[in-house]
Amino acid sequence: MERIPILKMGRFLLVTIQVDLYDRLALDLEANIIGAITKNNASGVLIDISAVSIVDSFMGRILSNIASMARVLDAETVVVGMQPAVAITLVELGLPLKGVYTALNVEKGMELLRSKTLSDDAESDD
Amino acid sequence: MTDSIVELLRQKKKQVLTTWMRVQLADDSLREDLMPNDELRNQSSELLNTLFAVLTDANLSNIDAPDLEPLISMLSGISMSRARQGYTPRETAVYIFSLKDALLETLQAELTNDSQRLYLESLKISKFLDSLGIVTFETFIQGREDIILRQTDEMASILTPVVKVWDGILAMPIIGTLDSSRTLLVMENLLQEIVNTGSDIAILDISGVPMVDSMVAQHLIKTVNATRLMGAECIISGIRPEIAQTIVHLGIDLSNVVTKATLASALKYAFRVLRLEVKKAPSGARSSEETSLF
Repeated sequence: MERIPILKMGRFLLVTIQVDLYDRLALDLEANIIGAITKNNASGVLIDISAVSIVDSFMGRILSNIASMARVLDAETVVVGMQPAVAITLVELGLPLKGVYTALNVEKGMELLRSKTLSDDAESDD
Repeated sequence: MTDSIVELLRQKKKQVLTTWMRVQLADDSLREDLMPNDELRNQSSELLNTLFAVLTDANLSNIDAPDLEPLISMLSGISMSRARQGYTPRETAVYIFSLKDALLETLQAELTNDSQRLYLESLKISKFLDSLGIVTFETFIQGREDIILRQTDEMASILTPVVKVWDGILAMPIIGTLDSSRTLLVMENLLQEIVNTGSDIAILDISGVPMVDSMVAQHLIKTVNATRLMGAECIISGIRPEIAQTIVHLGIDLSNVVTKATLASALKYAFRVLRLEVKKAPSGARSSEETSLF
């Protein structure tokens, strides 16, 4: 059974999707990520989808769901490396992924995640 | 007197040509500026030769007959080249219809004492030349359409350029009307270039777009959303006052999109987002700065 690795990087989780997601795998991923957030008390999830070339409405919804669930657990979600064709498809499908932060690559995504969670910390300090 | 009307006309070829040229030269729509008379005479004579070479009594009443093929293709060639030379369709049609006058005139001179036959043959020739006229018309329009199609293709193939205006800032000036297929091209180019350069901000300049309707606006919003999904930001600039009016009148919601009046203000905004600062150097420092640069 295929399994997408979820790596822990400090306060964040790094998920690199290297295969095209089929529905079963996507559902498992959703459960695994949410589980890992709670287990590691992570404050951010970075999902790299640069290797994903095919996307459908189901996967769009899974990404949205992951973001919403992560927010409930007080973690931000950043999706990075979306291919142009995937972006166009999602827009044509009418799935603008509300509530999901996006960045061009892992580096920028990490920076964004750091700034988001830092400002959250600053706000909570006030 | 021969029985075959075609044979009869064939014998009078020289006379037909003379009459035809006379009719053509008498016509007001003669375009000496486009084709000198000598050339016109050569062309007419050549056409007449081809006509008499293939014409028989059988195919006179059947324009689709295969043995008329050389005539039709020659006629198409003439019509096509005239379309390119700038003749109007009327002038091209007149060219063929004046041949009818010449043929009928010759026929009349030959069949003065047989009015019944003159009538029947005139009708046949008239019909035949009408069909030829239609052929020239069709090819004329075809020629023009080919030109339009080629121009459309050329215009579509001129890719909308993506310009890197600063590190991390792309600009894409759009010129001309946006339709669905073009917008897709624009979107793909822009997104691909964002990936290639790793730019954070893309400026979509629409000062060259003459009209924004709800369809175009929707396409623009889609482009903005797609860039956002990729992790970059898209600014729309160059919205002219009348376009702003149209957008509001159409009830299009651009509140989620960053819009700027000019490319310059979009660039300024981009600088602010990227926390860049462009400063005027103090006047004394200028010369030393320049020398150190080069």
